[in-house]
Amino acid sequence: MRQLLILSGKGGTGKTTVASAFIDFTDAKAFADCDVDAPNLHLVMHMQEKPEISDYYGMGKAKIDRSKCMSCGICMENCRFGAISFKEGAYIVEEFRCEGCGVCAYVCPQTAIAMKPDVAGELCLYNNTRVFSTATLKMGSGTSGKLVTEVKKNMQRSCNKDAFAIIDGSPGIGCPVIASISGVDMVLVVAEPSISGISDMERIVKTAQGFGAKIAVCVNKYDTNIDKSLEIEEYCKRNDISFMGRISYDKSAAEAINNGISLAKADCRASEEIKKVYQNTMKHINNTKRREKYDSN
Amino acid sequence: MKLAMPVNENNIKSGICYSFGRAPWFMIYDTEIKKEFFIDNSAASSAGGAGIKAAQLLVDQNIDGLITPRCGQNAAEVVQGADIKIIKSQGEDIEENIKLFESGKLTLLDEIHTGYHNHGK
Amino acid sequence: MKFTRDITIMESKKIAVLSGKGGTGKTFVSVNLADAAGKSVYIDCDVEEPNGHLFFKPEITSEEKVTVKIPVVNHDLCTGCRKCTEFCRFNALAYLKDKVKVFEDICHSCGGCMLVCPQKAIYEKDLAIGKVEIGKSRQVKILSGTMDIGKASGVPIIKRLLELGSLEDLTIIDCPPGSACVTMESIKDADFCVLVAEPTLFGVHNLAMVHELVNLFKIPFGAVLNKCTDGENPAEKYCDDNDIKILGKFDYDKEMGRLNAQGEIMSRVDKAYNRKFAELSYAILEEIK
Repeated sequence: MRQLLILSGKGGTGKTTVASAFIDFTDAKAFADCDVDAPNLHLVMHMQEKPEISDYYGMGKAKIDRSKCMSCGICMENCRFGAISFKEGAYIVEEFRCEGCGVCAYVCPQTAIAMKPDVAGELCLYNNTRVFSTATLKMGSGTSGKLVTEVKKNMQRSCNKDAFAIIDGSPGIGCPVIASISGVDMVLVVAEPSISGISDMERIVKTAQGFGAKIAVCVNKYDTNIDKSLEIEEYCKRNDISFMGRISYDKSAAEAINNGISLAKADCRASEEIKKVYQNTMKHINNTKRREKYDSN
Repeated sequence: MKLAMPVNENNIKSGICYSFGRAPWFMIYDTEIKKEFFIDNSAASSAGGAGIKAAQLLVDQNIDGLITPRCGQNAAEVVQGADIKIIKSQGEDIEENIKLFESGKLTLLDEIHTGYHNHGK
Repeated sequence: MKFTRDITIMESKKIAVLSGKGGTGKTFVSVNLADAAGKSVYIDCDVEEPNGHLFFKPEITSEEKVTVKIPVVNHDLCTGCRKCTEFCRFNALAYLKDKVKVFEDICHSCGGCMLVCPQKAIYEKDLAIGKVEIGKSRQVKILSGTMDIGKASGVPIIKRLLELGSLEDLTIIDCPPGSACVTMESIKDADFCVLVAEPTLFGVHNLAMVHELVNLFKIPFGAVLNKCTDGENPAEKYCDDNDIKILGKFDYDKEMGRLNAQGEIMSRVDKAYNRKFAELSYAILEEIK
């Protein structure tokens, strides 16, 4: 199975716009939305059938049994995450801050604390003619990294072993992004021509390289700042990073996406440009020797 | 020698699992007595570090070699740290892989480039 | 043009700016709000991809490393009982060749292994995960955090940034995108949240997520509509449908976009923007009262 991951570093550069267009151009039989904090791919993919929904369990959260609690406060003293506080005469665990480490349960002299499994979100799998894996994180839960891993596994389990999968990633460079990079054949970074966009692009490129991924870059909305766009191309040249092309800021493209229409199906300048980026990317993936590497589970 | 493989079900006809850390079962095969048994992979439901926990399970089984399609960096550190060889599987057929191993046709996975080493240090 | 009227009421208030979807203009709004308010503190909690410093270009006055505690095992005292390995819910410890091995990147620094070891064979070392920088630009104090590349979570850096925040001045917190751990950490002690929304399908969808988040955290909030164009604004509709007070609107402005891309602070280069942001501060002020 081969996987192409779309990342950006900075938010709002056009990952989902690019991912959805690529999915349609290649008629991908497998795709996933790993932006579990703010999933958007389903808004453009319009799946007809009902998905399989399954619960996503996070780390488990500590629960204090009031009937056993003697209010000694030892739990609060030992909690490194500030998740236990004394409110209205009782010790309580603030779920949002609880990391599920189990220290409080261990130190409680009354064994009044237990680690309870918590449903931290929902996994959603469409599995008919195509496999589409996505998820939503329950608001207030952490562990988005683990959920990203589950979304990918869900997709991999259901699709053909020879499938070519496209994964829509999330902004940033932390845990959920790292989880999405693991095991993919190539990362395509969608960069924005702005001072923030370039700074963020450099950090995501370094992150992805650190995890052994093959990287390529394209620029979206390039005509909003030609100077910055050229800076990005120069950066790629200097650092031996393959450059896949430029996409202009196109009002009709924005309208299409706003109406949930993938740019592969729209008829505008940006769709032509994305198609070229897509063709360059596919050529690049096929030419690059498939790199055998460790990928974490 | 004792070999382990991540597998989809607890039977030899089921197939090698694509994932190591979250494989539902591991099959342990003894090449001397030519017998296999299966262990449930409790690491599969872990929040994080599933590869590490799965690797620990196998280390505790005193295996000599692990035949797998893929292996995460952390899991590899555990397995190799316990002097267990990691061997790259070919295809999904379990019995086929045993045959290939016994005829010396499988190669080591650890000859292949690994990922990030420094972890930002 | 600095506004000093009523500014005392704003003192010691923490205003978090978030959006759900990336690229809607959180940094644009936070940087300019901090500037237009005169004396203020700007905290960049997007430690994975910090951008505020690119606009302020602050004069850095101090810098400190942010570290987390990682266990170290004294192998001479270790008896191989494996209580630590079994305790760790993150699977950050493994036992092989009679030694406990610590996986530093997976460790959540809970201190549990140290507690459970019957031989007291585990102690802790500090591991750097990033840094915070304190600087200033005109009357704005800038606290910026950067996470080291390859690290999983910036939460400890955000915690440190918020600790360093002033108790006296108006504080603007520039949040990360999304609605998970790092965003929650950034908003949890805020007095007010500004939700920055863009008029797109994706923008509204993600606006709904942060809307749910601020409700969950029971923090008062209002919305700022950015990149507005003619025609229907789905973000405005969402706010109207959900009784969310719209505190300000910014039109899509190509020239502004270009200047923003160059790193210009609009409130400093354009009187009209300075006024708009001052008006926005008053609108927020009204809500906090």
